[in-house]
Amino acid sequence: MNITELTVHELQEKIKNKELNAKEILNAYLDRIQAREKDVQAFVTILKEESKNELEKIQKEKEELNDFDGIPIGVKDNICTKGIKTTCSSKMLENFISPYDASVIEKIKENNMIILGKLNMDEFAMGGSTEYSYFKKTKNPWNLNKVPGGSSGGSAAAVAANMVPWALGSDTGGSIRQPASFCGVVGLKPTYGLVSRYGLVAFASSLDQIGPITKDVRDCALLLNIIAGHDEKDTTSCNRNNIDYTKALKNDVKGMKIAVPKEFFAEGINQEVKSKLEEAAKIYEELGATVEEISLDIAKYSLATYYIIACAEASSNLGRFDGIRYTYRTKEFKNLKELYRKSRSEGFGAEVKRRIILGTYVLSSGYYDAYYKKAQKVRTLVMNQFKEVFNKYDLILTPTSPTVAFDIGSKSNNPLEMYLADICTVSVNIAGLPAISIPINVDSQGMPIGMQLIGNKFCEETILNAAYTYEQKIKFREKYRPEFKS
Amino acid sequence: MAREDYEAVMGLEVHSELSTKTKIFCSCPTKFGAEPNTQTCPICMAMPGTLPVLNEKVVEYAVKAGLATNCKISRDSKNDRKNYFYPDLPKSYQISQYDKPLCEKGYIEIEVNGNKKKIGITRIHIEEDAGKLNHDELGGGSLVDLNRAGVPLIEIVSEPDLRSTEEVEAYLKKLKSILEYIEVSDCKMQEGSFRADVNVSVRKKGDTKLGTRTEMKNMNSFRSITRGIEYEIERQIDVLENGGTVEQETLRWDDVSGRTFSMRDKEDAQDYRYFPEPDLVAIKLSEEYIQNIKNTLPELPESRKKRYLEEYKLSEKDAKIITSSKYLSDLFEGAIKVCKNPKAVNNLIISDISRILHETEIEPIEIPFDSNQLGKLVILLDKGTISSSIGKKVLEELFENPRDPEEIIQEKGWIQISDEGQIRQIVQKILEKNPQSVADYKSGKDRALGFLVGQAMKETKGKANPQLLNKMFLEEMK
Repeated sequence: MNITELTVHELQEKIKNKELNAKEILNAYLDRIQAREKDVQAFVTILKEESKNELEKIQKEKEELNDFDGIPIGVKDNICTKGIKTTCSSKMLENFISPYDASVIEKIKENNMIILGKLNMDEFAMGGSTEYSYFKKTKNPWNLNKVPGGSSGGSAAAVAANMVPWALGSDTGGSIRQPASFCGVVGLKPTYGLVSRYGLVAFASSLDQIGPITKDVRDCALLLNIIAGHDEKDTTSCNRNNIDYTKALKNDVKGMKIAVPKEFFAEGINQEVKSKLEEAAKIYEELGATVEEISLDIAKYSLATYYIIACAEASSNLGRFDGIRYTYRTKEFKNLKELYRKSRSEGFGAEVKRRIILGTYVLSSGYYDAYYKKAQKVRTLVMNQFKEVFNKYDLILTPTSPTVAFDIGSKSNNPLEMYLADICTVSVNIAGLPAISIPINVDSQGMPIGMQLIGNKFCEETILNAAYTYEQKIKFREKYRPEFKS
Repeated sequence: MAREDYEAVMGLEVHSELSTKTKIFCSCPTKFGAEPNTQTCPICMAMPGTLPVLNEKVVEYAVKAGLATNCKISRDSKNDRKNYFYPDLPKSYQISQYDKPLCEKGYIEIEVNGNKKKIGITRIHIEEDAGKLNHDELGGGSLVDLNRAGVPLIEIVSEPDLRSTEEVEAYLKKLKSILEYIEVSDCKMQEGSFRADVNVSVRKKGDTKLGTRTEMKNMNSFRSITRGIEYEIERQIDVLENGGTVEQETLRWDDVSGRTFSMRDKEDAQDYRYFPEPDLVAIKLSEEYIQNIKNTLPELPESRKKRYLEEYKLSEKDAKIITSSKYLSDLFEGAIKVCKNPKAVNNLIISDISRILHETEIEPIEIPFDSNQLGKLVILLDKGTISSSIGKKVLEELFENPRDPEEIIQEKGWIQISDEGQIRQIVQKILEKNPQSVADYKSGKDRALGFLVGQAMKETKGKANPQLLNKMFLEEMK
C-alpha cells in the first residue's frame, strides 16, 4: 500500500479499519516530501518537527482518533497561521509571523488536522505560473520543465506529487482552478461569501475566496464541509445553513441541463484542449444530461474588467506593506518618503508593482469614471448575463484554461500573455459564482487537461455532483499519474 | 480698498469622537490615555488578512447626531476607502464615507448679539480615527501609538454660512452642546475628541462668488480657532491688497507663534483615490430603525432653555449659560431635585462654579462633584448652617476633594456660629479693641459698622452668622 497515493476518504477508511494509523500517515508524507521537494519545490515552509509534535499532542489528548484527527494538510502561504511564517512568497513578508490564525485555519485545527507546511505561490497571489514567487519556482510534477500554474501552484503541485493529501488555495481570478487543471487535480472556487476570508492576506477583496485543492471530488466535498460557513469576523460571508456536500455526490446527472458557451472555445484555445472538452460534453450527454451551446458574449469584457477591479483593490490592500511595522524595511533612508519608496521598491516584485501602479492609475481622479466605475458597470452586466443563463441551465461547461501547462520561462516576461491564461476563469470571480476544475484527459505530451464546471450562486452541490459523476465515469486517477519528467 | 470692504466666509469640518465603548471596526476599548498600543488588536493594527466589522452603535450614534441637527438620514449608505500613506494610518487607507454619507442637508440655529441664524449642515459621515505619532521620545525618531486607530468619528461638514469669528464660536458651542446632550460624544477638546478644521476665504462685500479658500488644521481650543481665523482673514486680505492671489492649500495653525504654516508633508498631490470599501456590506436602514432612534432622542438644549425660563424663571442669559453644557444643565437639575431652590443653584453655577471653571481651565464634564453634593451645599446655606463665604470655601473643597458638604464642614470646623451669647462676647471684644471705630460710627460714619463686622468675621474665620453680628453690634453701640 502506498499511503501517499490514497485520497483522504480512503485514508479515513483505512484508519477506521485499523489498517493504518495517523503516525504512519504523517511519516509517509514527511518521507514523500523529503524525496520529492527538491524536484518540485512546492513548499515555502516545511513543518517537519512541528507536525510530529502536533500529532503527539492530539494523541495524548484523545485515545481514539476519528474523522479528520491527524489528517495532514498543506496551506497556501497567504493564509495566516499563528506562530508560523506567512510570507505570501514575497520578500516584503519574508519574516512575517502572524499573531493569529485565519478562520479557516481555526477550523482545520478544531478538526485536529496537521499542517504539513506552507505552500509556494505567485507573490501576493498575482500570477498564473508561480514563477513570481520571491523564493523559488515550483515545478509541475507531470513535467518538471513546465509551470504548475498559479497562483496556488505550490498547493496544486504538492497535491499532484502526493506531498500532501490535500491543500488550501485561494482564487481571485482562477488561482485555484488553473493550477489544479495544470497539475491534474481537483480545485474548487466556492461562491463568494461561502468561506470566510478572515486571515487570507487580501489581494482583491471583492474577488478572493479560499477553496480546496484535492485528489478527487469526494475529498473536495469533505474539505468544503470543513471550511464553509458563516464567520462573524467577515461581514461578506453569508449566513446559511451548513450543508454536507458529500451527500450531493449522487453519481447521476440525468436531466441536468448543461450550457457550453461558444466564446470559451473560440480564439486562442489549444485544439487538443478543445477536442477533449467537446468529448467531455458528449460524455455528459451519454450520462443523460442535455448539453446545449449558448452565447456568453459579455465574457469577452471580463478579462479587462477583472484586471481593473482586481488591481484597484490590490493597490489599496497592499498599501499596508509600507516598511513601518511588520514588513521588509530598506536599510538606509533619509526621510519618511524615502523609507516608503525604497522599502516598497525593494520589497515587492515586478508583477506586484505593475499591478499596484495599474490599480493606482485606474482609481486616480480623472480616470476613475473611465476605468473603475465603468468596470463596476460591466461587472453588473456580467452578473446579469450569468443569471440569465442559470434561469435555463444548471451549469456551464468550459475549459479551465485555453492551454495545458506551459514551459517555465515561456511567459514570465510577457505579462499580457500571462493574463490571457486567466480568460476562462476570471468571469466566475467577477460574478461571484462557484466553479470546479477537474482533470478529464491528457494531451499528446501527457499533460493534464482540465474542465471547468460553473454553477449558480451557492449551487456547489450541483457542480460537485456533476464533477463526481464525470470522475466516476472516466476514472482519470486510475489511468494517469505524474511522472516527474525532466 | 479698506478692510471693511471685505467679507470673510467660513465653513467648518468638525471631527467628533463618538463615545462608544468599542472601536468602529473591532472590539478594542476606546478609553483615552492608556499606555501606548495596549488598546489594539490585529484588526486595528492592520495585520495582513484582517477584516473590519462595522460597530452598529456607531451607525446609531451618527443617526442620532443627524436627527438632532435636522438632517435627512440616508436609508442606503456605504463605506469608502480614502487612500494615503502616513505612519499613523496602519492600513494606508482610512475607512470613511465618500458619496453616500449617513446624514445630509441639515442645519442648526445659532444666536449672535440677539440675532438668530440658521447654519447649514452639508453632511455627517462616519469614519475611523488614525493613531498618533509620538516624536522624539526615545532620543530621535517617531513612535507609533495605535490606541486611537479605529476610534469612531463623525465628521460634520457645514455650509460656508459663517461670516464672523463670533458666528464660528457660537456654531461650535451649539454643536458641541447638541452632541453632549444626545450623549454621542464627550467633546473634550483637550483630548482631541472634538476638533475643528476651518475653511476660510474672503471676498468683496456684495460679491456672490466665493473667494479661494484655505483649510486650517490643528486648532484645539475656541481661543486658538478665533485667533487662527482672525490671522488668516488678515493674511488673505493682505495678499489680495498687494495684488496677489490666495492659493488653495492646507495650513497648520501654530498657537505659539500665532501664525499659519503651509502643510505639505503628507503627500504632494492629495488624490485620495476613494473607492467603495469591498470588505464591508452596504449600510441599509429601515424607516422603523430611524423612527426608533428619533423616539429616544433626549431633550435638546433649546427646549431645556425654554423650560428654565418658564419653570424656574431664570434670566435668558443665565439659562443660556447653563444649557450651553449638558453637564452644567444636568448638575443644575439634579441639585434642584435635592434642595428645591433653583435660584440659589443658579447663582452658584453662574457666579462661583463658572469662575472656578474659568480659572482652572477645566470643562464642565470634568467637574468632580455631583449634583447631590451641590444640592446639599445649597441646603446648608439655606438653613444658615454655613455663611455664604464658607459656602464658597466648601465649593472650592468640592472641586479639590469631592465628598459630602456636611462632612467637609464638620471636618474643617466651618459650622456657622449662631449662638447669641457667643456672638455677643465676640462683639464686645471687637468693640473694646476698636474705640475709634465706635466713635466714628457714633458720629454718623455708617462705614465703621462694616469694618467692625469684618473684624468679627476675621476673628471667627468667617463662621459667625452675619445677620446676628450686625444685630448685636447695633444693640451694643446703641
